[in-house]
Amino acid sequence: MSAKQKQAAKSAKGLEFEGRSYDVDTLHAMHDSMLFIRRFEEKAGQLYGLKKIGGFCHLCNGQEAVCVGMEHAAQPTDYMMTSYRDHGHILARGSDPTAVMAELLGRAGGIVKGKGGSMHMFDIDKNFAGGNGIVGEQVPIGLGFGFSSWYKDDGRVTMCIMGDGGINQGGVYESFNMAALWKLPIVFVIENNQYAMGTALNRASAETHLFKRGISFKIPGMQIDGMDVLAVEKHMTEALEHARSGEGPILVEAVTYRYRGHSMSDPATYRTREEVDEWRTGRDPIARLQQQMIDAGLATEEHFKEKDKEIKKEVNTVAKDAEAQPEPDPSELWTDVYSDPIEGAYPYPGKVG
Amino acid sequence: MKITYREALNQAMCEEMERDNRVFLMGEEVAEYNGAYKVSQGMLEKFGPKRVIDTPITELGFAGLGVGASMAGLRPIIEFMTWNFAILALDQIVNAAAKMKYMSGGQYSCPMVFRGAGGSAARVGSQHSQALENWMANVPGLKVVMPSNPADAKGLLKAAIRDNDTVCFIENEINYGDVGEVPDGEYIIPLGKADVKRPGKDVTIVAHSRMTGFALEAAAELAKQGIDAEVIDPRTIRPLDEATILGSVAKTNRCVVVEEGWRFAGIGAEISARIMEKGFDDLDAPVARVTGKDVPMAYAANLERMTLPSVAEIVEAARVVTNRA
Repeated sequence: MSAKQKQAAKSAKGLEFEGRSYDVDTLHAMHDSMLFIRRFEEKAGQLYGLKKIGGFCHLCNGQEAVCVGMEHAAQPTDYMMTSYRDHGHILARGSDPTAVMAELLGRAGGIVKGKGGSMHMFDIDKNFAGGNGIVGEQVPIGLGFGFSSWYKDDGRVTMCIMGDGGINQGGVYESFNMAALWKLPIVFVIENNQYAMGTALNRASAETHLFKRGISFKIPGMQIDGMDVLAVEKHMTEALEHARSGEGPILVEAVTYRYRGHSMSDPATYRTREEVDEWRTGRDPIARLQQQMIDAGLATEEHFKEKDKEIKKEVNTVAKDAEAQPEPDPSELWTDVYSDPIEGAYPYPGKVG
Repeated sequence: MKITYREALNQAMCEEMERDNRVFLMGEEVAEYNGAYKVSQGMLEKFGPKRVIDTPITELGFAGLGVGASMAGLRPIIEFMTWNFAILALDQIVNAAAKMKYMSGGQYSCPMVFRGAGGSAARVGSQHSQALENWMANVPGLKVVMPSNPADAKGLLKAAIRDNDTVCFIENEINYGDVGEVPDGEYIIPLGKADVKRPGKDVTIVAHSRMTGFALEAAAELAKQGIDAEVIDPRTIRPLDEATILGSVAKTNRCVVVEEGWRFAGIGAEISARIMEKGFDDLDAPVARVTGKDVPMAYAANLERMTLPSVAEIVEAARVVTNRA
């Protein structure tokens, strides 16, 4: 930023990004949300290490700007669904963090009653439709939500999120085709964190500019900096407007990076420490926003230190409250299989043989 | 009124679409072509292109579209031209539709119908001739329904569309032209209820879909030989109405299970096991299974005939279990 720009930023009561203004409250909200997700994920990592969280646990450290920028651009009534790396998105949507943590711990008060775990977070009140564990599976499902909005003409847009791994699934292209054919209100978001599990983008994708993957379907695409929450908010706003206006689907590739391995069991030996450091210290979305706000005189370093302490404390309380919950009642084993169960029919709930 | 099996299905869909505007029909060739098997004849004209929708050839995609649309409050009828092609869509059926309610802790559900022709067609070879109902019936969260005549086709499809769970509705291509008496207007057969198609006292024959007709023919032949067979059509494969089957076996003490599909882990294996578990003391002979042969379907007419269960094989099995062979 030039001295002149700095001066201009300081005189305003907020920040500007490519002509779009962000007031100080919005900036704090975005920052706090990103930092909360970061600390929440760190806590989840710790609890996993203590074997309190089982199975698969995919953290999104580094990708917080995508989660938060997108949510700030959206309406609460817009639909969202993603893959198994879902904690950050559901937290950004505003779901109860204690319920999310309780789900990770397999507790009764889990957001899906302990039946889903890390990969299957859902919150129908927040229009968050998963939490889908099969790579790319959420894309045809997102197509269906978009179809529903087109059918009912309800003005909602679906944000259907996938990764640079998911983009190579066949069902994604089937969905692109139908979404474009019928001009469905969908923003397809690719979180390109550059590794599909351990496979680098250029080893898995012939066309590594993933925003071009919609060209055969006449779906416009844009590549954005997924490490800058303002860039994500700004461009997601444009994308959502495009989809809402009846122009059809649009594709947004957010270039980002996950600091941790693919899952908790992945030491991530397929990439160098230098590479991780370059993203982590050089492009971190939280540090970046803090610096921008400090430079603009909107906050102090001291404030952010205090805020961090506060959030850490909050996350500790969340974890403590979640851990204090009992495991699901055994009767829950037999609920939620059918909406219209048939009396007396197999599988004889509660009985063996 | 006497109408065909395909017309009965058409009537069921039209009545339900008139009743509930959340219901729509989507699939390959369902609209402008009027259905690959003419099941959706006239529906585009009646309901317009927003509710009767031709898709590209893209089973995984439009099956998933149905799943998402049902989660968002619509009531999709997703037609697979045949269930053979549904194999491409299994992720959405098994991993998404069937599990959505459970893995979302009851928040989302998928009230929808996947429907199309299953079982063998005529002379179309192995990839287009197979009975896969046991795959679907294995999965908790799904219901599996298979009508064997026009009246059942109408009553069961209306019930399936109104059901709040995901129903795999498996029709039979060979039966599409069958004619039968079908009640006009509101006619609903509850899911999970078997039907005694022919009462009898000497042996129970359990058969579904096209095999129900084979079993009735076998029963007619057995009657000539002095054996009085009771024919039961489960109609809903999952959940299975075991009470009706067990009640019949308690009366006849002998049972033959017939299915078009392969023998290994098939519907017959399940029904035999249930009878063994819950009706063991009623049995005077081991349950006999008549199934499709354990080979892919061949093209040649004689090989195709040999692969499918035959009326003669059902008659023979009934004679064996009644000690008349």
